[in-house]
Amino acid sequence: MGLLSDPNRRRALTKLLTRLNAPICVMCYLAGVAWFMGLAFEPFTLRTYMSENAMGSTMVEERFPAGERALATGREFAAHKKKVGGMPVDWLVKTMQSRGLEVFTQSFTRKLPFPDENKERYMVRGTNVYGILRAPRAPRTEALVLSAPCSEGNNNNQAVGLLLGLAQYFRSQIHWAKDIIFLVNEHDLIGMQAWLEGYHHTNTTGGDWSPLQGRGGSIQAALSLELSSDVITSLDLVLEGLNGQLPNLDLANLFYAFCQKIGVLCTIQGKLQRNDWDTTSGYSHAAQTMMLMVLKQASGRPWGDHGLFLRYHIEAASIRGINSFRQYKTDTTTIGRLLEGMYRKLNNLLERLHQSYFFYLMPSLSRFVSIGYYMPAFGLLAVILLLRALDLWVQLGASPPGTEDGVAGGEQPSSPGVLSILTPVVISHMTGVALYTLPILSQEMAVQHFPVSETEAVVLTAIAIYTAGLALPHNTHRLLQGEGTEEGWRVLKLVALLYLAVLLGCTALINFSLGFILALSLVPIAAFITPHTPKALSAAIMVLLSPGCTLLYCVFLFQELQETPVSLQDGWMLFLSVISQGILDHALYGSLVYPLLALLIYPCWLLLWNILFWK
Amino acid sequence: MATHRCNIFMLAFVLCGLTCVFVREELVIRPLHSGDIYASFQFRTLWDTDFLRGISHYRLFPKSLGQVISKFSVRELHISFTQGYWRTMQWGQPFLPSPPGAELWVWFQDTVTDVDGAWKELTNVLSGIFCASLNFIDSTNTVQPSASFKPLGLGNVTDQRFLRYAVLPREIVCTENLTPWKKLLPCGSKAGLAVLMKSEKLFHSSFHSQALHFRPVCQDWKCKSTVLELRQTLNVVFDLHTSGQGKREWSLFKMFSRTLTEACPLASSSKVYVDVTDNPQGELFELSPTTPLLSQVVVLGDRRTYSVYDLTNQATFGQTRSLNMLLRWRAAENMLRPLLHGERYVAGYGLQTGEIHTLMYNNHPYRAFPVLLLDTVPWYLRLYIHTLTVTSKGRDNKPSYIHYQPSKDRLRPHLLEMLVQLPPNSVTEVTVQFERALLKWTEYTPDPNHGFYVGSSVISALVPSVVAMDTNSTRECPLFSSFFPCKEESSYFMRVYTEPLLVNLPTPDFSMPYNVICLTCTVVAVGYGSLYNLLTRTFQVEEPSPGLAKRLANIIRRLRGVPLL
Repeated sequence: MGLLSDPNRRRALTKLLTRLNAPICVMCYLAGVAWFMGLAFEPFTLRTYMSENAMGSTMVEERFPAGERALATGREFAAHKKKVGGMPVDWLVKTMQSRGLEVFTQSFTRKLPFPDENKERYMVRGTNVYGILRAPRAPRTEALVLSAPCSEGNNNNQAVGLLLGLAQYFRSQIHWAKDIIFLVNEHDLIGMQAWLEGYHHTNTTGGDWSPLQGRGGSIQAALSLELSSDVITSLDLVLEGLNGQLPNLDLANLFYAFCQKIGVLCTIQGKLQRNDWDTTSGYSHAAQTMMLMVLKQASGRPWGDHGLFLRYHIEAASIRGINSFRQYKTDTTTIGRLLEGMYRKLNNLLERLHQSYFFYLMPSLSRFVSIGYYMPAFGLLAVILLLRALDLWVQLGASPPGTEDGVAGGEQPSSPGVLSILTPVVISHMTGVALYTLPILSQEMAVQHFPVSETEAVVLTAIAIYTAGLALPHNTHRLLQGEGTEEGWRVLKLVALLYLAVLLGCTALINFSLGFILALSLVPIAAFITPHTPKALSAAIMVLLSPGCTLLYCVFLFQELQETPVSLQDGWMLFLSVISQGILDHALYGSLVYPLLALLIYPCWLLLWNILFWK
Repeated sequence: MATHRCNIFMLAFVLCGLTCVFVREELVIRPLHSGDIYASFQFRTLWDTDFLRGISHYRLFPKSLGQVISKFSVRELHISFTQGYWRTMQWGQPFLPSPPGAELWVWFQDTVTDVDGAWKELTNVLSGIFCASLNFIDSTNTVQPSASFKPLGLGNVTDQRFLRYAVLPREIVCTENLTPWKKLLPCGSKAGLAVLMKSEKLFHSSFHSQALHFRPVCQDWKCKSTVLELRQTLNVVFDLHTSGQGKREWSLFKMFSRTLTEACPLASSSKVYVDVTDNPQGELFELSPTTPLLSQVVVLGDRRTYSVYDLTNQATFGQTRSLNMLLRWRAAENMLRPLLHGERYVAGYGLQTGEIHTLMYNNHPYRAFPVLLLDTVPWYLRLYIHTLTVTSKGRDNKPSYIHYQPSKDRLRPHLLEMLVQLPPNSVTEVTVQFERALLKWTEYTPDPNHGFYVGSSVISALVPSVVAMDTNSTRECPLFSSFFPCKEESSYFMRVYTEPLLVNLPTPDFSMPYNVICLTCTVVAVGYGSLYNLLTRTFQVEEPSPGLAKRLANIIRRLRGVPLL
């Protein structure tokens, strides 16, 4: 630290940093991207291992025999579902009771802010049915949850059948130390949200649900089962939950360990594991798997019914049965045995799952990248912002050379400076607030005046406000007295850089993927935008790298990675539906991505846009 | 043979003189609505003596316990070890309620001066006797309830200074607790009903609770003199699904893998009761062998009919010289609606705050009745008592009596007692918010991520009875019906325990002390040190050293007393 306290050396260091600023920034950016892409390379990743002792060495036997009967129950369930035209509550209650469970129901209603066109629902009314298997000689302090959604159409009947079969089988066993709750939730996530809020007696999003009658203490872990065919070829594990939260890695390890033991093909992001990591195709396969995870995590939405458990510190994952055209098939008995084994091991837990990682990325099911390995990729991008800020700070300190002895002369130009900086900051944030509130508030007006549906109205209003924000710099200046100075834009940019650095840093700590994707697009423009760059070209680049366009690219990239490429037209429609889903996720489950983008990231981008058009 | 032995007993009672001991044993079997089966053992030893006189001969009274009781001047002692939670909604009311884990409450004689010291020693001694972790009872989990735990025996001292109450919800009950408990029985586990207590079967059940109650009671209905009563009870619920192997039938042998062959020779009465109230025409189940002896007992506000098997009568054992009752199920019913039951849970998420909800159900169609709610919360959950709300049917329900003792960190728990009137057919909800404290790092239990237990809350109530209660408890009624003294005919006393809570506290990552130490040291040394250096140092621009001529000139100027160059 003598380096900083010695003025001469400090001067030399700052001179070096300011002179080499641009090349260092470019290097950092490239290194960050390269580091990130390297994460999927197998020698750089760690093999997963079970950290929790209670689940590692203990042996359990899986003897679930009744797969065929479970399928028959599933068919019966399907018949009753068809007859009732929804959740067959009475039948489920009776069936669960006959299997020796304590059965309770919960009804809920939910009015969406605007109709959800993907799932065609607006006024949602439903009932959750759950049965509690009371553990013998346990005082109702701990519980595990197994849930299966009651979906529309012909989906998931097998999952409900297997759930009931497992309930019956588990009931005849003496070794349960935790209560097991078997939950069939209607209207997937909305029902799950109602049930979880009822269980924990909270109300975060203003839903309307009836209170729960029976409870089993604090829930330790949960699995959500989705199964739509009698035989499957592979099981897919879904981890990404609300706001990019992930369950403890040990839950994924447990699933993987049992798939290996029982001999079931298992996938993550729908992709099998490959052994040829040293070939290009092997690497690109791992990279695709990881990118899919990053995109899903960044979206901040729950990708299965398990996603909402994570808020309550309950480790949860969804297991999805997939039936493709592979030769190798797995029957329901085997899946039942897999679940039995997993629950037996979870039952052995003495403490909550906490030994393994909570922050990780998975390039395959047996490999993971921990937070210590992926954070440098983000750090390399974030340091650019700090370097540029340092550069500006030095320039600001050096630019008025003659004012050092004249104290009164120094204050004179700085007072309009505060106003000229504050105005764009406030106006940008007002635009952000408008983007956050207006789409839902003004949907009725929009529907009256334009020939669009409510959903379209919301999405198009959002896009309109977003685009209208681009006109701000031309109008902001009318509010200002006098012209913006050279020093003014520098101070504004310094503020914007530090603001963005803090914003992205905090986002990346909570949701790395979101922070990284935003940094990838926002850092270059934040670093190199000045009023002196060619206006038209810079403006085009800025628009192309704006958060909205980033979202559009992400939609196309996601489709590409999922091997379902879409045309431009479909992509655009998908983009619109993604926006509406994002707003709905925020309103229904409390996802924070939409408010983050609207209230913080977009205003920050507008500040940079202001700098470009500084006069 | 049997009558002969009876006569010998009669003779013994006549001759017993100063100190006299009567022993009764009893087993009640109640088929439950859920298809499970409830077996309750009760052993009572009555001893006509006074400990204060200093005794050396204990006769049938367990000596280890007798010595402890006389040494610590204990007036009443109630201890229970329970594994599992009594499911009121499915099983109805138990004869003797108990909370999960270990519960101990003691009334000391009013001659005791240092109650806390006696309590501390007593818990340690009992911990040795029962092979349990009762030594973990200290001031942080002991309370003195003002109203909920009145003496159950004779005596007019109700000053709560002589009462201590503690619950250990985490206590696990197993065979090592059962063995010392069995040793206190007059016949041990050698003869009588106690032969049925094989631990491998008792612990293959849904619920297991063993208890011991010591108190002074009246000798006869005139209540001229007192006798000491020691009651040992054991309650088990066997599960039809896990041990029935699909067959819907029960027998003594199936439950306990033993049959009864004789009564305890020291017992004056030894009986097995089977509850046949719900089964007047044999629709629900079929009982064999049948017994002509039927007994009507008023218990828990209901008149029940029991088939009685008297083990002191040789005819009971029949040709095979063993008694093995068999129950065959014919129908099963659904959930019950018990008159009073309670529920408790923690609401909220995150590790900063939370809310304890206690629900009390009054399912009586038209009668309101008051209940006493006792809540003991450890100090590390800091209750915000101003957030306490009591609501029934959506309206505020003002408790008529509140006794609250705030906690002291690391010294004593919160104690909250309330007298609440439960309106008919209603749910009363008591909520209070709390904050989770951050413990010192040595205060965490070995597995801190498991969570910390909060003991059950206790709901005590006088519940309106359907039938006239029997107020004369000294009559020769069965033991299970005469535990709680009954003062009036229209209501009966009932105690309900809610489930204990498991609460997670903010827990540091104990697996990384090394990393933490390294990181802290680095931050302090490099970051803080240099920053402090930078902040406190004053920077001065150093003048380049003046030339030789200038220095000479300055010396001269100093000598002359003019300003330097």
